[in-house]
Amino acid sequence: MGRVAIIGVGQSAFVRSYPGGIRELAFEGFKEAILDAGIKVSDISASVVCSAPEYDKQRSPAGVIAEYLGLNPQPTFYVESLCSSSSMGLRVAYSLVKSGLHDIVAVIGFQKMSEITSAESQERMGRGADIQWESPFGTMMPAYYAMYAQAHMAKYGTTLEDLALIRVKAATYGQINEKAVYRKAVTLDMFSDPANPMSGPVASPLRVGDCCANADGSSCVIVANEEKAKIFSKKPVWILGLGSATAPVNVTGRELFTGLAVARAAAEQAYKMAGITPDKVDVAEVHDCFTIAEMMAYEDLGFAKPGEGKDLIRSKETYKEGKIPVNVDGGLLSKGHPIGATGGSQIRTIVLQLRGEAGPMQVKDPVIGLVHNIGGVGLYGNVTILGRE
Amino acid sequence: MDDRFKRFGTVSFTAVTKTNDFISHLEAGKVTGTRCRVCNKLFFPPRADCFFCLSSDMEWFPVSGKGRLITYSTLRYAPVGFEKDIPYTIAVVDFGEYKVFGRIAKDIPEDKISIGMELEVKVNELPNGQLNYVFCLPRL
Repeated sequence: MGRVAIIGVGQSAFVRSYPGGIRELAFEGFKEAILDAGIKVSDISASVVCSAPEYDKQRSPAGVIAEYLGLNPQPTFYVESLCSSSSMGLRVAYSLVKSGLHDIVAVIGFQKMSEITSAESQERMGRGADIQWESPFGTMMPAYYAMYAQAHMAKYGTTLEDLALIRVKAATYGQINEKAVYRKAVTLDMFSDPANPMSGPVASPLRVGDCCANADGSSCVIVANEEKAKIFSKKPVWILGLGSATAPVNVTGRELFTGLAVARAAAEQAYKMAGITPDKVDVAEVHDCFTIAEMMAYEDLGFAKPGEGKDLIRSKETYKEGKIPVNVDGGLLSKGHPIGATGGSQIRTIVLQLRGEAGPMQVKDPVIGLVHNIGGVGLYGNVTILGRE
Repeated sequence: MDDRFKRFGTVSFTAVTKTNDFISHLEAGKVTGTRCRVCNKLFFPPRADCFFCLSSDMEWFPVSGKGRLITYSTLRYAPVGFEKDIPYTIAVVDFGEYKVFGRIAKDIPEDKISIGMELEVKVNELPNGQLNYVFCLPRL
């Protein structure tokens, strides 16, 4: 069997409140990806639609979205793994293409979070954990990640300022990403000023500035077999490695609280499949739903040893000019985190980087890129390694 | 319909489960887990079925003694339904053969909480009449 490529990528702008329905939102990322790939809609032989449920009312959204995008009568189906849904969708698309069942597959991610309030959203996300034994205590995503932050700080001496530095970096690039929901600068001073909203406590030790913003958005990734990739694409980006893992939902089933076991397992699989080591990665997108999540990602992906992630951000090695640029599109923290669209947007960023088309965010001549996309609080982990010729 | 589990926590999202006796044990002042009678594996939270040996022959045991705090977080923003509870602290405590997730008792100030401290578990009745359990300082 031949290789599997990504021949087109697209995403909508990530916005606070999208003035349209989910089908119209999905159209935006899809159209950009189709134009980018230079294919006709009818060239797509299957679609994989990805989102997390209960933000909008549509049941079985794959059918509605396939109809709206002109993807009937081709098969479509729905893939859900919370915040990593569209990376899981890419894994499914890879399988469909690699098996020979389909030649070109569209992975369409979307989320319209603005249909509910922020507190309702926290309740929905909290129910992505164990609803029987944990949710009745009043859990939410920031509080779970906060427990990891608390443990990481206690064990390794990571400081609140180290976490804030990650937010400052994200905002550096969010300002130059036209698709980002948060386009303003963030400074360390904001975190130390009690009057500034960024310093507001959410779940100790995390503050407002440590948390990503809810957003509405869509993304699309067009996956093709080698034959079609060579016909349609001048710059195909190859899927070199895929890793995927799960962990117990209930935190009582876990051993590690200073890193994510799913990320470590998924990374190991992806590196092995790609035949590379972490030092070969030239640019990465990691799942920074919270600042601590990016800190742990540095370590879980092998960019730093456990406990030494803070040295990477202190020395700015994860900035665009550094040793391993991370989230130079603003990340989830500034670009925004529309759950089901996030993985596809991360993949888009890396594809554009490898094609040398990332504009003001472009890092110097990358050959290999990596995407780390986590669902729930380390419940689902996907790591994808991409490379150019 | 045996829907005892709807009494668990500030807001319960489950009513019917094979582990409903957990609630009756809370009412009697005990926090309990389950032990597989075939392979002796201990489970907390309690399970009706053992994934090690696939047996469903379980017995209850009390969570007792001192555990050590693994990690925690104090919430000052709450999801829908929990607004009246804030601030509250969630935590994971290691009891050796199993871990327990729950809240730390409100009478322990946040600045007295530290990872590694010893804690016990006790049943707690919430202002709305619901039941949960909290971690508190060991009795001397």
